[in-house]
Order: sequence, then C-alpha cells, then structure tokens
Amino acid sequence: MIRFENVGLRYGMGPEILRDISFEIPPSSFQFLSGPSGAGKTTLLRLLFLSLKPTRGLITIFGKDRSRLSRKELPMLRRRVGVVFQDFRLLDHMTTYENVALPLRVRGREESSYRSDVTELLKWVGLGERMHVLPPVLSGGEKQRAAIARALIEQPEVLLADEPTGNVDPPLARRLLRLFIELNRLGTAVVIATHDLGLMEQVDARRMILSNGRLDIYD
Amino acid sequence: MTEVTGETRHTPAEAALDAAWKRRRPTPIVPGQNVAGSALVLVIAIMTFLSCLTLGGVTLVRDTSAVWQNQIAREATIQIRPLDGLDMEAALSEAAGIAASFPGVLGAKVVDRAATARLLEPWLGSGLDIDELPVPRLVIVTIDQAKPPDFAALREVLTAKVQGLSLDDHRTWVDRLVVMARTTVMLGVAILVLMLAATTLTVIFATRGAMAGNGHIIEVLHFVGAEAKFIATEFRRHFLLTGMKGAAAGGLAAIVVFVAFGLWSARNIATPVADQASALFGNFAIGPAGYAGVALIVLAIAGLTAVTSHVTVVAFLNDLDSRAPDA
Repeated sequence: MIRFENVGLRYGMGPEILRDISFEIPPSSFQFLSGPSGAGKTTLLRLLFLSLKPTRGLITIFGKDRSRLSRKELPMLRRRVGVVFQDFRLLDHMTTYENVALPLRVRGREESSYRSDVTELLKWVGLGERMHVLPPVLSGGEKQRAAIARALIEQPEVLLADEPTGNVDPPLARRLLRLFIELNRLGTAVVIATHDLGLMEQVDARRMILSNGRLDIYD
Repeated sequence: MTEVTGETRHTPAEAALDAAWKRRRPTPIVPGQNVAGSALVLVIAIMTFLSCLTLGGVTLVRDTSAVWQNQIAREATIQIRPLDGLDMEAALSEAAGIAASFPGVLGAKVVDRAATARLLEPWLGSGLDIDELPVPRLVIVTIDQAKPPDFAALREVLTAKVQGLSLDDHRTWVDRLVVMARTTVMLGVAILVLMLAATTLTVIFATRGAMAGNGHIIEVLHFVGAEAKFIATEFRRHFLLTGMKGAAAGGLAAIVVFVAFGLWSARNIATPVADQASALFGNFAIGPAGYAGVALIVLAIAGLTAVTSHVTVVAFLNDLDSRAPDA
C-alpha cells in the first residue's frame, strides 16, 4: 500500500535526518513507529502523509510514485489516509460534531447524508455528549478522541497517529489503543508513532524503531 | 465505520430532532469576524472613503472647469473708449446693432450707465457720476455656442464703423482657462491614481494580514483532503463579503459627505459664503458619473479583497504541496 525504498531526507544543507529508509505498510497491518525524541518520527509521518518530499529515494503510495504526483492528485490520495496530529489541529470555531464532519463537508456532501455516521462515530469514541461543544472546552483526551474521529470518519485505508496517547492518562491511553485495534480489525492499516513503551507492550505488533536517522524493523 | 444511512428517523420526536438539525446553520469554515477581520473592514472602509472623496473632487473640478469655459466662451465684450468728439451713446447703439445682426450672435446688450457705475463701485466708491470720468463703456455680446461668429470679420466691421472700439472674444482667457482646467484635472487624476494605488496596496497587505491568522484553517482543510479550489472558494467568498462590507461603508460615507455638501450649498444659496464656494466649485454635486465612479470603486475594492485572498490561499497551498525540506 505504501512503500519506501532508500528514502533519505535532509533539511536545507544540514545532515540527513532520515537515511536509507526502506519499509512497506501492508493493507490491514498494525505497527508502532518508535524511537527517542527528535529521531524523526514526525518527519517520517509527514513523508507518509505526502506533506513532505524526500530528498532522495522512492516513495510509492497506493501504487503511485510520490515524485510524479500532480497537485490535483494529492487531495484524492490524502482522503485515503487519515491523520491524527500530535497537536490535534481541531478548528476552535467549530463544534466537535462539525470538526469530525469536516472531511465529508469539504467533499461537498449534504449534511443529512452523513449526520448519523458522524453521530454514531462520536458515540463510539465516547463523545456523544460533547457533540455540540467547541474544542476549547474539551479536555486533552476529548480533543484527542475528536481528532481520531475526524481521521476515521472517511474510513481511511491507512491511519497515521502521531503520539495519540501523549496527552492522556494510562486508562484513556488503553481505551484509545483498543479503539485503534478495533479499527484495524475493520481493515484499516494503522501506524502509531509513540515513544510510550508501555503502550507498545500491550499489543503484539510490528515495531519500527528510528534511531540516528536509520530505521530498524522488528516483526 | 458505518454506511451512509441518510434519513431514517420516523418517530415524531426524531422528526422534530431532524427539523432542528435542518434549521441549524452550519458554522462557516472561515470564521466570521475576529480582530484582524474587523481591522480589515475598517481599513477598507477608510481607503474606499478617501478614494471616493478623491474621485468626487476630480469630478467636481472637471465639471466646474467645463462650466467656467462654457460661461466665458458664451460671451464676447465690445469696449468703446471715450474719444474727443465721440457720441458714446450713439457709438454704443451702433456697435450693438452691428453685432446683433452678425451671424452667430444671439444678442448684444449695452451695459448702461448705472450698471457701469456698479461695476466700478468697488474701486471708485458709490455716488460716482460716470460722465465726469473718461470711462470706457461695454457691450455684452451673447454668442451662439453651436455656431460661433467669425470674430475677425466682426472685429473688422466694428472697428471700421466705430472709433475707439475693441472686441474682446475672451479667447485668451478661454485658452488659459482650458490649460488651467486640464492641468487641474490631470493633477486630480494623478492624485486619484496615487490614492487608488495606495488603496490597492493597503487592501492587499491588510487582507494578507487577516489571512495570516487563518493559516491553520487552510492547513487543516488541506490535510483532510479538501481540494485547492474548495479552500480558495471558501476564503474568496468570506473576504469578498468582508471587502463588500468595508467598501460599501466607505462608499456610503463618501456619498453622505457629497449629499451633505450639496444640501449645505443649496440651503445657503445667495449667501456670500455659498456664492463664493459655488463660484469656485460649482454646486457641489458630483452628478451621476461621480456616483457611478463611487459604485465602481466599491466593487473594485471588494473584488480586490477577494482576489488577494484567493491568490494568498493558492500560494499557501502551493507552498504546502511543493514543500521539500531542502527547498
């Protein structure tokens, strides 16, 4: 589904942040992306999400060469990838419901066609009662779940989550993890970037460890 | 997750809930007014107001100069100097008669003694006996502006018949006035161009400033898979509305000023102040062309705001899409 071959990335004239990265994200797979702070986890996620171009190497996403993608093709591919940002990136002037429905709204869909889906998903992530609340009123965990719901609403083929449990307490972290596992069972490939060893120990999944710009994979 | 189910509620309570959902208006993707947005409306309003005032001023000068030219070109003056042995009244009548019968002349009127005395009153005081002084006398010749007379032929006929006569066709004045009026209008147009350029730049930078606070919205829309066209349309619509609000307020304020001056000038008609102002500026009315200009400026500024937001969004998105770490 997504394949990296000898991908390297440097910022400006600085040293390579990522070196000779090669891996594949198969359909319906579950993996953790880990490593010390500053190892390049977020940068690798940005490459996966087509928000950065590699300095060298080949990235193939859904069978298409990243370097040959036109600007018009990018939104269509992004719709197949859900992203949960570390800082949530919820729009503060919109309610939780509207934030979660945003991916569907930008496609020009009528609200009546997705209302029940969004409501159901919000209930599933435990935000049924917080649907019409603005994000500044939500707690860190609630924001996290709203961000996850927004990433899931379009049933993406791949879900990328950057430190999804970084702002929540352990019980909620376990709950969120169960949510990701459930999602994976439904067929979505999941990549969770985290440095929370406790979280990784709860699931028997592939681990991709970034260190000094290189990637080691433990299946 | 779930498949799209559409409308499935049927119970009265659920139907009422559905109706409530339908009544609820979705929050605009680009938030309404914030501090930057309000400042943008204010900046646009002020710049539109100043641009409209400049345009109104230029229109006023152009119209007034045209009126001046017409008034001066409408008349010519015959002057007869008092010479020894000249019967002034007979000479005046003869000159008026010759002039009135000349093709292209609508009429000729002798400025009588009393009127001449009034003309000289500011310099010589009242109670003047005009016969005691060698005062030249005048005949006002009204010209058919559509078919003006041959002034050279008229001058020739008049000077041959009447001694001490000269004909002033005001050509020197008209020519000077035309040059002055053209210079004034050109100066006004140059000021208007500078004003519009300043307005354009101010609106562009103010819009970009207001847009800067919306970068996170563009980014989120971009990452949830919105197409560039959708994002640009949302922002263009929002900023067109913002621009319209500001420009309409500024244009309206300018129109109020024009109307207020017009009313003031109409109310104070025949007073020394108003007469002086009206002699200089006409009747303070900018006319339909002026109002059309104001409307055009309002639309242009609103459009400029929308176009600037569009260009800014597209540039932002291009930057996001083509972002390479070593770029």
